[in-house]
Amino acid sequence: MTTSAVVLDIEGVAAPPRSNGELVFSAPWESRTFGMAMALYDAGAFVWDDFRDALVGRISAWEAAPPEGECYSYYQCWQGALEDVLAAKGLVGHDQLAARGAELAARPAGYDHSHGDGDDHGHDHGDHHH
Amino acid sequence: MSSEHEEHLPIQLRTEALEQLLVEAGLVDPSIMDRFISTYANDVGPLNGAKVVAKAWTDPDYKARLLDEGTAAIGELGFKGPQGEHMVVVENTDDVHNVVVCTLCSCYPWPVLGLPPSWYKDPAYRSRVVREPRAVLSEMGLSVAADKEIKVWDSSSEVRFFVLPQRPAGTESLSEEELAALVTRDAMVGVAEVSV
Repeated sequence: MTTSAVVLDIEGVAAPPRSNGELVFSAPWESRTFGMAMALYDAGAFVWDDFRDALVGRISAWEAAPPEGECYSYYQCWQGALEDVLAAKGLVGHDQLAARGAELAARPAGYDHSHGDGDDHGHDHGDHHH
Repeated sequence: MSSEHEEHLPIQLRTEALEQLLVEAGLVDPSIMDRFISTYANDVGPLNGAKVVAKAWTDPDYKARLLDEGTAAIGELGFKGPQGEHMVVVENTDDVHNVVVCTLCSCYPWPVLGLPPSWYKDPAYRSRVVREPRAVLSEMGLSVAADKEIKVWDSSSEVRFFVLPQRPAGTESLSEEELAALVTRDAMVGVAEVSV
């Protein structure tokens, strides 16, 4: 990893970031899309500025025409940007992803083993707040 | 950009599908993903920045280096990494209050503050703080005196700003470690002040 190892003191002054605010990720998928981008960047799959440009594109597109009834979700834009960069690099195509997503969606009800967090009802909008 | 087939696919399935494809292609290692997630969820956070601030308050030479070459001075304490390549520190004074935003996305100095809070990413904060900083800060609980200038710094891929808050009065006897405990994330973004 290119991140430097940071030595943590565990007590008092050194309490981790939660003590200073909310959780960093509001749903498991947010952490997965974050982790994918970081792992890909770390492996040299893309340069950060390309990712950022794609992220800016996704965010400004959302802001220019917010889909009706949809709350803003930063990590949803992040995921979209990741998809755009991977498609542009020829690594994962939009169609390929849509096909795999459709396969996952077709799984029988009750397959699930990991969504105990309540985000499996299809109406989670991520880190919205008003 | 392709949004036509996304609308039907819940975001959790999109991320799950992408992860499967990437792992199958050997492009990402899930254990490395887990390490990044855990690092940024648990280890890298505002405490790092608080240590930088406390050191600057107690060591004038360090403060001078920090204001001169932010990235290098922050790196002296071991804080570096993605999104921390070009950090610039702006100092709050009796005359100037600084506040940071990223109008285009959510650029943020990860090595010293961790990942951004949701309000920092919110379209309302990103657009309004530039136009009416005094009103936005007031809504966030910080009233800045009318005769004090407010400077808004727009972080970008080139530069990520970080606010050096003012040391509160009455803290002369506190140690560097005790001072660090007073410094909040919000103070280092510039939407709060440090108080005892």
